Amino acid sequence: MTVREVALEAYREALPVLALSAVGGLFAGVVLGGMDAELQDVAGLLVLVPALLATRGNVYGSLGARLGSALHQGLIDPRFSFDDDRINAAVAAALANGVLISGVAAVMAVALLAMVGRPSAPLATLVAIALIAGFVSGLLLTIAVVSVVFVGYRRGLNPDTLAGPVVTTTGDVVGIATLLGATRLVLALGGG
Amino acid sequence: MTEFASQWSVPGIVRTMFPILIVLTAIELGSGLVLDTFEGTLLQYPSLLVLVPVTIGMAGNLGSILAARFSTAFHLGLLSFTATDDRLAGNAIATLALAVTLFPLVGAGAWLLQAVIGGTALPLRTVVLVALVSGSLLAVLAILVTTVTTYAAYRFELDPDDVVIPVVTNVCDVLGVVVLFGAVRVLV
Repeated sequence: MTVREVALEAYREALPVLALSAVGGLFAGVVLGGMDAELQDVAGLLVLVPALLATRGNVYGSLGARLGSALHQGLIDPRFSFDDDRINAAVAAALANGVLISGVAAVMAVALLAMVGRPSAPLATLVAIALIAGFVSGLLLTIAVVSVVFVGYRRGLNPDTLAGPVVTTTGDVVGIATLLGATRLVLALGGG
Repeated sequence: MTEFASQWSVPGIVRTMFPILIVLTAIELGSGLVLDTFEGTLLQYPSLLVLVPVTIGMAGNLGSILAARFSTAFHLGLLSFTATDDRLAGNAIATLALAVTLFPLVGAGAWLLQAVIGGTALPLRTVVLVALVSGSLLAVLAILVTTVTTYAAYRFELDPDDVVIPVVTNVCDVLGVVVLFGAVRVLV
């Protein structure tokens, strides 16, 4: 293959996926743009945004990859039920990872802000927001990933190429929307 | 069933993944801190705030797609690390072309959405320019980071699938914020 052929093929393959994730990212951005009041109320919330978004991609992208590989190997069936130990373990572990790392991210963010001498909301406020957002977004993304991977597989699509784009497009929107919801809830309950 | 125990048990999966998640979170908090330092500008111009997740996401995606392609080529024995390698050059050109195609559209989209919802304080031209400059610079950085990381994985005999994609995606996320910060500083 010449340089031109390689470049054209790579361009054509990636353009639709990237365009789709750009649309998802823009909607996430609109939600973030509407969060200005909450960002001002809860100092340090913006510090958490990249970490929480990346966690969604890392944790639930990995869940999708794990389920995809297991389907290819015939270890699991693409059926929705609560009796498969492997699927249950993979989902429970992803949720545990997703919720725990959100809480840890909030603790690390408060420590980091204290170290560089920048203002931050109380530790309990940021941890509560991160845990609630982590849990709710985890549930939603698990449903999205499992559904798309299973339904896609049953229709003869390769789950490996489905999970990534689904997580990148839905992950940002779900991640920011749940962060906004969690922040409003915690502020309403008197935190901050 | 040791395979089952380690790969398909909750403690097994958490033990494998959690240390990596902590490292990646620490890296991402670095970019969060950069965002925090220009929070004032972002709140003043909401169209720029709209650009934040999409810039981070696109930077990570450009890097991860390139990394996945390099890893596959590497596994198939099709990649050599020389400047004249067709596969290396072709993929690098495609990454740059993708950024130059999509980022101006992303900038225009961010401006348009914000204009519809809450009104904008910045002209369309400025937001498109910020997106285009950030995107082009990010493409160049994504190419550099991916090439260096894939080469390092090859030298240290690590499987590029395990190492390169998470490292490249998260490093590109961080660079996304840093580059956006730089572009906003210079252009706004």
